[in-house]
Parts: sequence; structure tokens; C-alpha cells
Amino acid sequence: MHFTTSNKVLLLKVTIHLAAFLPLLSLYYFAFNDQLGADPVQEVIHFTGIGAFNLLLVTLTVSPIAKRFKLGYFLQVRRLLGLYTFSYAFMHLLNFLVFDLQLAWSLFFNEIVKRPYITIGMIAFVFLTTLAVTSLNSLKRKMGKSWQRLHNYSYFIAILVSIHFYWSVKSEIISPLFYMLLTIVLLAFRYKKIKGLILSIFVKKITSK
Amino acid sequence: MLIKTPAKFTLKASDITDESVYLQRRQLVKSMGFLGAGALLGSAISNKAKAGFFDSKDSDTASFKTTALNFKADKENLSLIKTPEQKVISHNNFYEFGAQKNQPAELSQNFKVNPWQLTISGECDNPITLDYDDLTTMFALEERIYRLRCVEAWSMVVPWIGFSLADLLKKVAPNSSAKYVLFETLYDPEQMPGQSNRRLGGGIAYPYVEGLRIDEAMNPLTLMSVGLYGKTLPPQNGAPIRLVVPWKYGFKSIKSIVSIKLVREKPQTTWNKLAANEYGFYANVNPAHDHPRWSQASERRITSGGLFVKNRIETLPFNGYGEQVAHMYKNMDLSKYY
Repeated sequence: MHFTTSNKVLLLKVTIHLAAFLPLLSLYYFAFNDQLGADPVQEVIHFTGIGAFNLLLVTLTVSPIAKRFKLGYFLQVRRLLGLYTFSYAFMHLLNFLVFDLQLAWSLFFNEIVKRPYITIGMIAFVFLTTLAVTSLNSLKRKMGKSWQRLHNYSYFIAILVSIHFYWSVKSEIISPLFYMLLTIVLLAFRYKKIKGLILSIFVKKITSK
Repeated sequence: MLIKTPAKFTLKASDITDESVYLQRRQLVKSMGFLGAGALLGSAISNKAKAGFFDSKDSDTASFKTTALNFKADKENLSLIKTPEQKVISHNNFYEFGAQKNQPAELSQNFKVNPWQLTISGECDNPITLDYDDLTTMFALEERIYRLRCVEAWSMVVPWIGFSLADLLKKVAPNSSAKYVLFETLYDPEQMPGQSNRRLGGGIAYPYVEGLRIDEAMNPLTLMSVGLYGKTLPPQNGAPIRLVVPWKYGFKSIKSIVSIKLVREKPQTTWNKLAANEYGFYANVNPAHDHPRWSQASERRITSGGLFVKNRIETLPFNGYGEQVAHMYKNMDLSKYY
């Protein structure tokens, strides 16, 4: 059976929708009905948090795979994956605010400022939001070169998120260290690009003096 | 006409979930947990299909048998709304059986509690060793409905059954050098997988040790618990015998105890050794003293009801037991001795 490229992209997208959306749907169905362990609040926070991280790492795997196996059409699903990453992160934050803190706004803002792991998670979320908003095609065209520069921040977000995870645990550090390692491996594929980005920041600073 | 308005936490019959359904959901969530989005598809769908039929897929693991106890019921604390039994026995911090909350209930069902030996020794005149039957027959058992406040800012209300630690200590007659009491959990990596597997065991040192000052140990509230909800303890809650110190964070209430030792010096305790800035020796519930990574001013009471239940409540100093215990700390700076 032969698939055209657009068919393959469509198939990939349908797969992503099913794999990312169905778990969310069943998660909240069980959580609302109190069938998600003794503490559904903790469960939905952890599930959407680790889900967002998983999706971010999958998003960052797309271009190395596309390059290595010469599957250029893979790049066409990156935006969808990125938007699901944002959606999971958004639910993660919403779960914390609505179900855990139960809309105690002053506590919410206090915690963001006082707790380094929440601060860093919040910074990552702000960047993620920026990337999600600028993912519209019309904006992408308007932004030109600066669009790519902005979206390179996904590397920075991955680092922030891995630290957020590491700092959030009590003593079980093996899972966060494993995720940190995955992040480093995925960033290592972009060694030259990241080096160039860091250098360009330095060069700019020097020339602007 | 009498119109009854049910309290926020009142349990309706429809709130009670059959255990098999309950465990099934856990299975589903677990299978979704640590997988990449791609891998999610297969497992999520196959489990979704399975979740429709409440077949007993996990029935190969024999479930631990608890037995009914004779005890004097607690009639004073009936106004406290108890956390449903199913939640009390499936949401546990007992890293010996896994650091995830659901793991102790899943990984401890083959735990052997009989025979058991609990040794009380150290600075005392009559050291003794209790065996399994002594634990439930040596003292008259009573029910105590206590609030349990975890350092992680969630809480429960549990109907424990047991006897005062003070009664046990009086039996061994502590001498004047006995300033502290040191407790130790069983060390048995064969039975307790968390003790041999670092990832499962959450990276804490084993055996788990905890300690109290002698006056705290002698306080009438301090309970040696052998049961909950009318029956002997299930392993995930610390069978066959555990400590319950209701005005302190939960990690002080050490489980599956094999040794109680009266000592001269303040003991080095498990969480305190791991991160002294986060977990103090005293660990009295104190809404004014935050954990470095989260606020302790309020807590979420684990009750029945799903995501939308309003269960965030103010945390009380000494978990609401100040009247009985605050006098023990009256000359201490509680922000320093947290």
C-alpha cells in the first residue's frame, strides 16, 4: 500500500491527537468521579506535569529523527506536538490553582514567588505560552527571522522544566535525573546550533558596548 | 420539620467505590504515567477497553488478611468526618514498599507479620520482647479518632485502634537516663522491596528510624496503633504495630516497628538526616513555619468526592491538639526547633 506524503502527515496527526487527547479525557472523567486513587488532585497534577514534559521531549525528538532518516514531512507535526505540550502545561498549572489551592489567589502568587521550583516552572510556562501564541501561520510570516530565534527558546524551556521536576521531589531523584539526561541528549543533537546561539548573545553584548 | 443539610464531607453511598474498580483505575493511570506521547496510544486504548469490564486481572496477588479487634469505641471525636477506609488504606507513604502513594498497598500484600518481635530495651529496668499475640492482648485496646497531617500538606481523619505508648513504657520502667525514645522499622529487603531497590525506596536510608523526647512519648495522646477501622492494620499502614503522634507530621509516626529503645541522646532520625532544613526532629505541625518548598498554612483534607470537592482547610498549630501538648514546648523557639 502506498501513502502519499500528505496522507502520512494526516495519519501522524490523527495518531498524535488520539495519543495526547484521549488520556486527558479519561483522566478527568475518572478524577471527577473520584475513581483516581485516594487523592485525585495530586494525580491530575502529576499526570499533566509529566505528560507535558513527555510531549516536550517528543517535540524535541522530531527534527533529529527527520534529519537522520530523511523524513522531512515529520517536521509538519512539530507544531501540533508543541501545542499539546502547551495544553498539558496549561492544565498542570490550572490543576494546581483550581483543584489544589482552590483559587486561593494570594497563596498562588506567594508560592510562585517564594518557591524556586514553582518560580522556574512558571517562567517555563510563560515562554511556552509565547511559543504557543506565535505558532499561528500569519504571525510566523510576519515575524520572519525573529520567529526562529524565539522558538529556539524551546531548548531553554526543556532545561527549566527538568530543573523544575528535580527540585519538586522529596527524595526520589532517579526519575528526574533520567529526564534530565534525556533532555541533555536531545540538546546534544543541536550542539552546534546552541553553541552558535550562546555565542551570538555574547557577540551582541560586546558589540553593543 | 427537620431539614438536614449534609456537611461538606458527608459520605454518600454513591461515593463508595468498589475496590476492584478502584484498583483498575490506578492501573490505567499508571500505564499512562511515564510513557512518551507516542507510546501512550496503545496502552491507553487497550486499558480503556479493559476498564469497561471490572474483571479481576490482578487477582493473582493474594490480599493481606486483617482480623476484627475488640476495643473501646471513641465516643468523643464523632464529629470528625473520617476519611473513607478505602482511601486510608490506599494512599500511603511507606517507602519500604515503594515511594509512590499507591505502591505500598500494591506491593505489601504478602508481608508476613506473624511471627513478629518487638523489643523494648535501653535505659530501663525491665526490658521486654513482645510477640505477635502480645501486641493485641497485652493492653486493653481503644479507638482514637485522630487527625493525621502529612508534611506534604494533605491530611486525613483516621479511626486508629491501639494503646498508649506510656502504658507500654511504664511496663519496662525507664530509668533516669532515659531522655529520648528511639524507634526502628523492620529491616527485611526480601519482604520490603524499597529497601533493596533505590528507585522504589525513594533514596532514603534504611532501616527507617524515628525518635521522640521522653515526655512526648509519655504524653497520653501518643498511641501505639495495631489497627484501624475496627480491624488489625493492613501492611501498607504499618502492620502489625506502628506509632501515631497526632500533633506531629506523619513521618514521625513510624510503621512496622521492631525496636523501641530508651536512650540518653537525641537520636538521628531518617528524614532529619536526609534534609535537616526541611524535616526537623520535632516536626510539630506548625502553620507558621513553612516547609522550604511549600506552605504549611493550609492543607487538603482527603475525603470522598472527586476533583471539585472543597477540602482545603486551615492548618491548626499542633494539628489542633495544642491543649494537650503545647505545654511541653512552652520555653522553646518553635521556628528554630521545627
